[in-house]
Amino acid sequence: MKVGPSNVQSWCGRSRGIGRHRQERFRRPRYPKQAEFMLAPQPVPRLELQAVCRRFGHAIAVDSVSMSVMPGEILAILGASGCGKTTLLRIIAGLEEAGSGSVHIDGRRVSGEGIDVPPESRGVGLMFQDYALFPHMTVLANVCFGLRGMPRPKARAVGLGRLREVGLDHRSNSYPHVLSGGEAQRVALARALAPGPRLLLLDEPFSNLDQETRDRVRTDTIELLRRTDTTAMVVTHDPSEALRIADRIVLMRAGRVVQIGTPEEIYRTPATPFAAAALGDVLALPGNLRGNAVDTPLGRIPIDCPTAARKVWVWLRPEAIRIGPSGSGTPARVLQSDFDGARRRLQLAVDGLEASLVLSVPAGDAAALGDRIGLTLDAAEPCLVTDAD
Amino acid sequence: MRSMGGIAGRAAATLLAAGLLAPVLSLFLTAIQGTGENWPHLFAYVLPQAIQETVLLLAGVGVVVVVVGVGTAWLVTAFDFPGRRWLDAALLLPLAVPTYVVAYAYLDLLHPLGPVQGGLRSLLGLARPRDLVFPELRSLPSCILLLGLVLYPYVYLPTRALFLMQARSMIEAAKILEASPARMFFRVVVPIARPAIALGASLALMEALNDVGAAEFLGVRTLTVQVYATWVNRSDLPGAAQIALAMLAGVLALLALERAGRAMRGHAGLGQRSPPMSRTRLQGGKAFAAMVLGWWPVLFGFALPAGYLAEAAIRRVLASGLPPTLGREITQTMLFAGGATLVTAVLGVFVAASSGLVSPLPGRWLSRIASLGYALPGTILAVGLMPPLALIDTASAHVLEATTGITVGLFGVGTATALVAAYVIRFLTIATGATEAGFGRIPSSLTDAACMLGSNRIGALVRIQLPLAWPAILSGGLLVFVDCVKELPATLLLRPLNVETLSTHLYGEAARGTYEDGAVAALLIVLVALVPVVLLLRTSGEVARRPMAAIGQNAPDAIYARSPSGAEAR
Repeated sequence: MKVGPSNVQSWCGRSRGIGRHRQERFRRPRYPKQAEFMLAPQPVPRLELQAVCRRFGHAIAVDSVSMSVMPGEILAILGASGCGKTTLLRIIAGLEEAGSGSVHIDGRRVSGEGIDVPPESRGVGLMFQDYALFPHMTVLANVCFGLRGMPRPKARAVGLGRLREVGLDHRSNSYPHVLSGGEAQRVALARALAPGPRLLLLDEPFSNLDQETRDRVRTDTIELLRRTDTTAMVVTHDPSEALRIADRIVLMRAGRVVQIGTPEEIYRTPATPFAAAALGDVLALPGNLRGNAVDTPLGRIPIDCPTAARKVWVWLRPEAIRIGPSGSGTPARVLQSDFDGARRRLQLAVDGLEASLVLSVPAGDAAALGDRIGLTLDAAEPCLVTDAD
Repeated sequence: MRSMGGIAGRAAATLLAAGLLAPVLSLFLTAIQGTGENWPHLFAYVLPQAIQETVLLLAGVGVVVVVVGVGTAWLVTAFDFPGRRWLDAALLLPLAVPTYVVAYAYLDLLHPLGPVQGGLRSLLGLARPRDLVFPELRSLPSCILLLGLVLYPYVYLPTRALFLMQARSMIEAAKILEASPARMFFRVVVPIARPAIALGASLALMEALNDVGAAEFLGVRTLTVQVYATWVNRSDLPGAAQIALAMLAGVLALLALERAGRAMRGHAGLGQRSPPMSRTRLQGGKAFAAMVLGWWPVLFGFALPAGYLAEAAIRRVLASGLPPTLGREITQTMLFAGGATLVTAVLGVFVAASSGLVSPLPGRWLSRIASLGYALPGTILAVGLMPPLALIDTASAHVLEATTGITVGLFGVGTATALVAAYVIRFLTIATGATEAGFGRIPSSLTDAACMLGSNRIGALVRIQLPLAWPAILSGGLLVFVDCVKELPATLLLRPLNVETLSTHLYGEAARGTYEDGAVAALLIVLVALVPVVLLLRTSGEVARRPMAAIGQNAPDAIYARSPSGAEAR
């Protein structure tokens, strides 16, 4: 997405994270005209949370979380461990009671205002972080566990079909303890999908796999979820995973939602410095806000909402800074250059900047220790502006 | 875990709790109903002596079990000498000898005409029994010694586990500070072991208080014996209830001790990982002294009585064949114990599964109530159980007669129901503890996964928890079964007329003075009781190798599950 200078995203905030017009477009859809409404009724969200809270003693695990998931969507809940994302998942599943607020599935209230539908009646599937395969049952019996009320031969056929989808039908008579990590993950997925849940919740589904299997299993899993048109909510602490798999990301911190948006939105236009740092490298430049532009040591950035002059921080993705030969742009000197395989991390001393700047560049654009280079700012790239104090 | 459970579950839980509490409540009611005409007699002639003897007995047994239990535990954890590994395991063996069996065996063994005194006489060249001055066995001191000899493993087992797990660093620190061995033992080792000692001693004393056979055989008139005598000989149930209430005070004191032990155990940090202690290797005379000190409790607590019983049983069988009633007694013992075990196991699963079932009350209230029964001595339990059973009898007879016109016999009092109910109330906590431990080892995600796949709570219990906790439930059932076979006081009071189990048969033979006829039954009881000890040995070997793994595993379970607040310990 190339954004022209006229619609550069910038926020001149009084405090951190002001102005969330981008994300609000998702949270509160533009109200349709009457005629439109009658022609195309608003789709009912598959899942809707309204001000869900949960506290354990004095600790608040989930603090007034509201969000919705549309049918067919894959949503990632991203946050550090202990931020309440697993508790939120368990509340949606019905394994944990919500302290207050309400949960709706397909428009039906399943939790809140005295209603508490038990987990087995919610039509929600959950894949556990440790897979929770039943050790005393074969792989096929595990997959067929949720197919009760179905004649046995038919359940068997459905179970085998699900196993075939994850490529494990040859393992149907094995017991879980002989499976490899990747196989166990796929059995858990097949088991969770077998009853055809309206919503599939996945708790850190790839965290127990080693690096090599993880990429492959992740691709296969998402591909299967897309093919079966499953609505899914994936809890993860890995930002690159969230960016890669999700239609939308819900970023959480200390039980609260920080930002909701598509991966691109949330990466390019984070609502707060925390959100920016949560999804990738971010650089902070000191700047002076004057009129409708910010002056930084690397150049001038125009912004939309002119306010009174003051000192600010400008938060940028490293991609916004281009490296050129000495003499172009702001002069900088390479203090340290660490080879990192495909990329190279440069530590730069920039004229007019007290702290050194760390920049990751493609390894080919090698700059050696002590080299003098020039930095230019791509004003087309979005940035976040916050008050300096 | 969210609370689940319908009205049926709550009703069943409440009903079970009422049944478990009924004996204690009815004890109070019966005691109040008593006319009190026996009180002058009781106060003047029965209670003072009974209380005095009971207190002395408990104090004496307490001292013996602590000295022997802590001493042997220290010996096998701190020192190395030839045969230490064998001793380590063998020290548990006396656990298989019930108190009344050890008293029974020694009475015969040390009888003036028995092998020991006879041997001494021929050694000294004396002709008549009265020429040999031999200490009187039927006395309080010998009762203390005999009970202590078979009850010390209750202290030995937790104390040894504690030494193995966490003593090392503190003891090494004391060594570096050049504390003398004696100073180290009393200033460091004993204080470290205090929680385990309190826990083990309270369990041993509960057993001592429960005992009716040994005390009676040895002529010690404890409260337990008096409850039995007041009821059976004087047919005075209110009077028995009144004495039982006095005993209940003792029970509460023991429960408080046990609870204190657990509380201390918490702050002593039993969970700390500590590498095994480096043992001091003993040589020559010291090694020999250690072996003598270590082996004598095994010799006198197990080898001698069990060996004598085996010898006597073989002699009896060779001389006149198996006792004619033995087959029937075995069958009846198996039926009662087996039936009670079945009921107990089912209820144990219910109690373990119901934590969180009745949401307004704290999660484990039912398992706490279930644990009370173990602290109740069998005689108290029997006295307390009588009135509710009679009530059920009359009520059901009235109802049946009114509705169907059929006149039925007794259903509760003096029937198998009464005995099974007593066993269940007394040993339910063992089954509950084992099942809870089994359930506790199942990751909660498995039951959650079953719920997410459409199972309700019952479904998850049947399809996931029970199949996976099966071994734990079985081992709990085994412990219950063995305890039912060993049980004497409640069996004696509640068994149907003309029904003899192995333990009551033994009691009868001892009461008649026909010791040799009871030897087969006594040996059988010891053999049955050996089964859980052998299982304990297997897991306690594990304790030695992997101290951490033993916590929450079978080894402490077996002992802790027996304790009134066992459920809480984990």
